Amino acid sequence: MIQPLVDVSRDFPILNRRINGHRLVYLDSAATSQKPESVIEAVDAYYHQSNANVFRSVHTLAEESTTQFTEAREKVGRFIGASQAEEVVFTRGTTEGLNMVARGFGDRFVKEGDEIVLSPMEHHSNLIPWQQLARRTGAVLRYIELADDGTISLEAIREAVTPRTRLLALSRISNVLGTINPIPEAADLVHRHGGIVVVDGAQSVPHEPTDVQALGADFLAFSGHKMCGPTGIGALWGKMPLLERMDPIMYGGEMISYVDRETATWAEVPQKFEGGTPNIAGAIGLGAAVDYLTQVGMEAIHRHSLALAELAFATLESIPGVSVYGPAHPHAAALSFNIDGIHPHDVAQVFDSQGVAVRAGHHCAQPLMQWLGVGSTARASFYLYNGEDDIQRLKDAILETKRYFKR
Amino acid sequence: MNLDELYRETILDHNQSPRNKKELENPTKTVGLLNPTCGDQIRLDLQLEHGKVTDVGFTGHGCSISMASASMLTDAIKGKTVEEALALAGHFKAFLTGTPSPVTLGDLEALQGVSQFPSRVKCATLAHNALEKALNEETR
Repeated sequence: MIQPLVDVSRDFPILNRRINGHRLVYLDSAATSQKPESVIEAVDAYYHQSNANVFRSVHTLAEESTTQFTEAREKVGRFIGASQAEEVVFTRGTTEGLNMVARGFGDRFVKEGDEIVLSPMEHHSNLIPWQQLARRTGAVLRYIELADDGTISLEAIREAVTPRTRLLALSRISNVLGTINPIPEAADLVHRHGGIVVVDGAQSVPHEPTDVQALGADFLAFSGHKMCGPTGIGALWGKMPLLERMDPIMYGGEMISYVDRETATWAEVPQKFEGGTPNIAGAIGLGAAVDYLTQVGMEAIHRHSLALAELAFATLESIPGVSVYGPAHPHAAALSFNIDGIHPHDVAQVFDSQGVAVRAGHHCAQPLMQWLGVGSTARASFYLYNGEDDIQRLKDAILETKRYFKR
Repeated sequence: MNLDELYRETILDHNQSPRNKKELENPTKTVGLLNPTCGDQIRLDLQLEHGKVTDVGFTGHGCSISMASASMLTDAIKGKTVEEALALAGHFKAFLTGTPSPVTLGDLEALQGVSQFPSRVKCATLAHNALEKALNEETR
């Protein structure tokens, strides 16, 4: 029996809620995770005790907030194996980080005829910035083709990557298929051709130990809110020499070195990329989330996510009329499925009446829906507060949905 | 929450056996509409003669609410003038936010329960928005 990794009712009181007469079963963590008490308290304590702007003033509150903000950056840097904390740029989330690279790095270094390699499973946030970059520069998009089970083989990568590859943009874990992509191997190949590797870590950083060096990434973007942190905060990690050459995309306060009437020079990395007052409370909350996840242990979380997803895969696959997508093993924490003849929105609606929260739709991955040949899917996703009971409730909800729609 | 409030028999029936789910051979008007949040798609074909809707068909895919609503709407506007059809779409959308309709909405009234499920209103109005898009172009 797979138990939750944490004391759910103590750490996540929201999960004690009853929805439509049932204990809430939250299976939508790939959209956003719930927040532990320690994170909520850290944000609360910052506003109650230390709220002040960072890097600007010398009074006590400003010293406290600046120290906490800087510590948060150090925690995030250690969490992903950064060489130095300054390689961590705070952003609003994955989307902003990827757009920063496409604009600030891409516009400067990607030229006409260069190739940008992607996969059809990318979230729109790791797709549209590159489409737009290609339009602006005349670069060409090339796609790594997926195997039948939605995985990416080394052969498929070798077919897509050429001497013209300037940039590979790939998610480590698919938010729809739960596939784990071979980033280190792909990075090796891309680096041999002189390209750079941008990793969308939105689904992987919350769920597996991340070491940017072992991953072979040049940039890694991820979001705080999917890893027990607050919304509106995330991070872009980049190798320092690349960040130094990359242009900022947001100009304004606290990102400059010297300004006169006609010109300006930029502050050092990371301040150069953090124009305007940052999300201080969010960063501190993300630091607290990193502490929480580290305490539970990322290896344990990784094993737990795989165990739940693979059990759910097998459970759902055995129900007649249910199609599950992606590989059986290894399958990361996001699991998409459809019930024959019932639209995913109707599925999610009946689930809600049973207190089971799942996502239905295209999951911001329309090219992947086209590849799957479906308009949309339902998706159950798991995290450290889920256990085997929740998979039983998922199964019961599917049976209830089939009964309701007489399928 | 009572699911039966949302999924009334009439809705399930229209979803199971949609009326007018067809493409017209030479439609006067064809309009496609996407619901970007869920990926639902509808195509509406209209045959207009002397200011009247003489035939109508829809194709596409979507949840039971959007497909049933399209089925009901196409049934309701057949034989109506363009102005009457537009007015009906307007009355229906107001009806979903709690304003009683001055004209009979027929089977569409079964969608009343949608008003209690705000996230599903966009499903129920997809076909109506497509109709408005098509006919507003016509009357412009």
